[in-house]
Amino acid sequence: MAQKQEDWAAIARNPKFIEIHKRKTAFLFGWWIFSTVYYFLLPIGAGAAPGFFSIKVFGSINIGYLFALSQFFVSWAIAIYYASWANRVSDRLTNELIDELKLR
Amino acid sequence: MRLHSWDHLLIVAVTALCLMFPGSVLADASILETQTITLASLAGTSSPPSAIPSPSKGSLPILTIVRPITIAMFLIFIGVTLMVVYWAARRTKTSADFYVAGASITGAQNGWALAGDYMSAASFLGIAGLISLYGYDGFLYSVGWLVAYVTLLLIVAEPCRNSGRYTIGDILSFRSFPIPVRAMAAVSTVTVSTFYLIAQMVGAGKLMELLLGVPFRISIILVGSIMIIYVVFGGMIATTWVQIIKAFLIMTGGLALSILVAAHAGFSPLQFFADISNNSGIKDWVQFTLLNHPVAQQGIDYGQRFLEPGLFLKNPLDQVSLGMALVFGTAGMPHILMRFFTVPTAKEARKSVIVAMFVIGSFYLLTTLLGFGAAIHVGPQTIFATDPGGNLATLLLAQALGNQIAPIVGDTLLAFLCSVAFATILAVVSGLVLAASAAIAHDVYVSLIKKGHASQKQQIIAARVTSFAVGAAAIVVGMAAENQNVAQLVALAFAVAASGNLPVVILSLFWRKFNTAGIVAGLVIGTAVCLVLVLVSPNMHYPKQDADEAFKVIKGLELKESDGTTLTPKEQAILSKARTDYEKHKDGLSLIGLDKPLFPLKNPGIVSIPLGFLAAIMVAFAFPSGGEEQRYDQLHVQQLTGVRVRSVWD
Repeated sequence: MAQKQEDWAAIARNPKFIEIHKRKTAFLFGWWIFSTVYYFLLPIGAGAAPGFFSIKVFGSINIGYLFALSQFFVSWAIAIYYASWANRVSDRLTNELIDELKLR
Repeated sequence: MRLHSWDHLLIVAVTALCLMFPGSVLADASILETQTITLASLAGTSSPPSAIPSPSKGSLPILTIVRPITIAMFLIFIGVTLMVVYWAARRTKTSADFYVAGASITGAQNGWALAGDYMSAASFLGIAGLISLYGYDGFLYSVGWLVAYVTLLLIVAEPCRNSGRYTIGDILSFRSFPIPVRAMAAVSTVTVSTFYLIAQMVGAGKLMELLLGVPFRISIILVGSIMIIYVVFGGMIATTWVQIIKAFLIMTGGLALSILVAAHAGFSPLQFFADISNNSGIKDWVQFTLLNHPVAQQGIDYGQRFLEPGLFLKNPLDQVSLGMALVFGTAGMPHILMRFFTVPTAKEARKSVIVAMFVIGSFYLLTTLLGFGAAIHVGPQTIFATDPGGNLATLLLAQALGNQIAPIVGDTLLAFLCSVAFATILAVVSGLVLAASAAIAHDVYVSLIKKGHASQKQQIIAARVTSFAVGAAAIVVGMAAENQNVAQLVALAFAVAASGNLPVVILSLFWRKFNTAGIVAGLVIGTAVCLVLVLVSPNMHYPKQDADEAFKVIKGLELKESDGTTLTPKEQAILSKARTDYEKHKDGLSLIGLDKPLFPLKNPGIVSIPLGFLAAIMVAFAFPSGGEEQRYDQLHVQQLTGVRVRSVWD
């Protein structure tokens, strides 16, 4: 167990902590919902609109193939965007809070 | 550690196996007729449509595996990994070393290890096989396996790193009452891990039997013994490096073969897709076999049809349900979550998911090339005739393209890919054994029985004993399950992880009012609903449906007979077989006594995941706990910021 008990309730009321909590929750759950909805459009679309998926775009390559392929790039893009956002915003705020409260 | 003697024993065992099964050509008709492995179906998809005839005898294509090269590669892999185990065993001094490699793995290393932990033989062989037989639907199926990682990245990885030590039980009992919570978490972890483990072991046994002709039981003992050596002696350090090596091998193999495939299309995507839609073998396959159109219908381009949805995945609702189990279940898998405890900080945990996403995503994109490449260069008919599950598509492709360069290239490539499949299985099962043993030794023995007062020596002995026991049990159950359909076990493992584990993990981390009652209710109800729905789902065997099929055949032939037509000997044989089948099955009931499925979907996720969340939330509201709400402050601060993670535990 911890050698020194922190006053966790006080930290949880710290304005900086509340800011970290709000910004992280909005970012993470927002992008998670986006990614999930975007993914489920694929099986739902394949079942509901096979004709649309079959429209050819380049040669034999059709919309369905490009849509499935885009899932990979969308997932990767979210990952890279989150990494850069976390470095710029949440990690910076967290370090500021830790320094302010001398928690290290 | 007496690893040297183990090393010798193993080499003797493998050499003995080589001597017992001489000859270099494996695949004769009799083996292929009886051995139908469906690794992709292990991942929860359905079996091939009934329109497809069973493989015809006689003209079977032969997968020529040169056993000496393959065994040599197996031995190199085993030798290298045993050296890793020896090195790891000397570094494993505390229980933290054993379970989480002392939290000293870097983000990049852990990313590769996660990929190695996650990509099973079903991914490596099964998905390429699905694409080679059913085209677009196989590709669509692979997408969910990557998208699942977005949930891990955004919701689960960092908070888990910040609030747990070795197991899911650590996270869940952070602020709740440890006795019921750890006990339930351990039951759930062991359930999920063993379901998945048994499916992997049976798949491994069938694969080794098919590739090398090693009998099923000996294959399982061999794979199981090596797995036990890795985990018992090397713990998480050895498991991590086996997974990293495996991920590197699987990417190398996939990339090499993909380059050969792409070269045939002049590295042009347009040419590649034109090759698919203009291929006469694929056209015939789609028209006659998949769609069963004896006469070509106006307006259908059967080659292009291979690139469109609906050839394999017939029920969109089942697909959505499977997608939910993947997207929520991956983030509730104990062996995946455990990997986040091996890195020192949340930032490294984040980095590891991102690295894993690039490795896994690239691999599935290469798989597309391999699957369609196999359809072009080998042909779906040949792939299906060799194995109706399509699992040998990648290997047949390697042989076909390698032999075009030189026979030795084909043989070597094939041998390399076989050993990759072997490495793949070992890396996955080792991670599963470690997760199950951590739940028993850490949650039940150290935390509940010893109340946390166990010495380092006792802890590490407990960890090794439980790892051995879990591994040995997996060997015994795997051997017993030889003739069982293990496909529903994987679907079930993901569904239980998604409906039982994930809701309570998320609610514990993010909801102040969540409490012990909610955790227990969520785990029990989420798991129970999955089990019940799978038991009444189409995954089970319903004899009366077989009887109905047989009845139709009997009626049809009797009608023909009553018209005065004399039945051919073949038809008479069919009639008498149908009569026996009908008699055998007409009063039969499924395992739990049903005529027909009560629940229409193979994947319970769409019902069980919302119910898991609902049960956890309602029961938490019904039994509020002020103390647990107060203790949420500490969990909340720690999971978000990572402060004092070490001091809390040490």
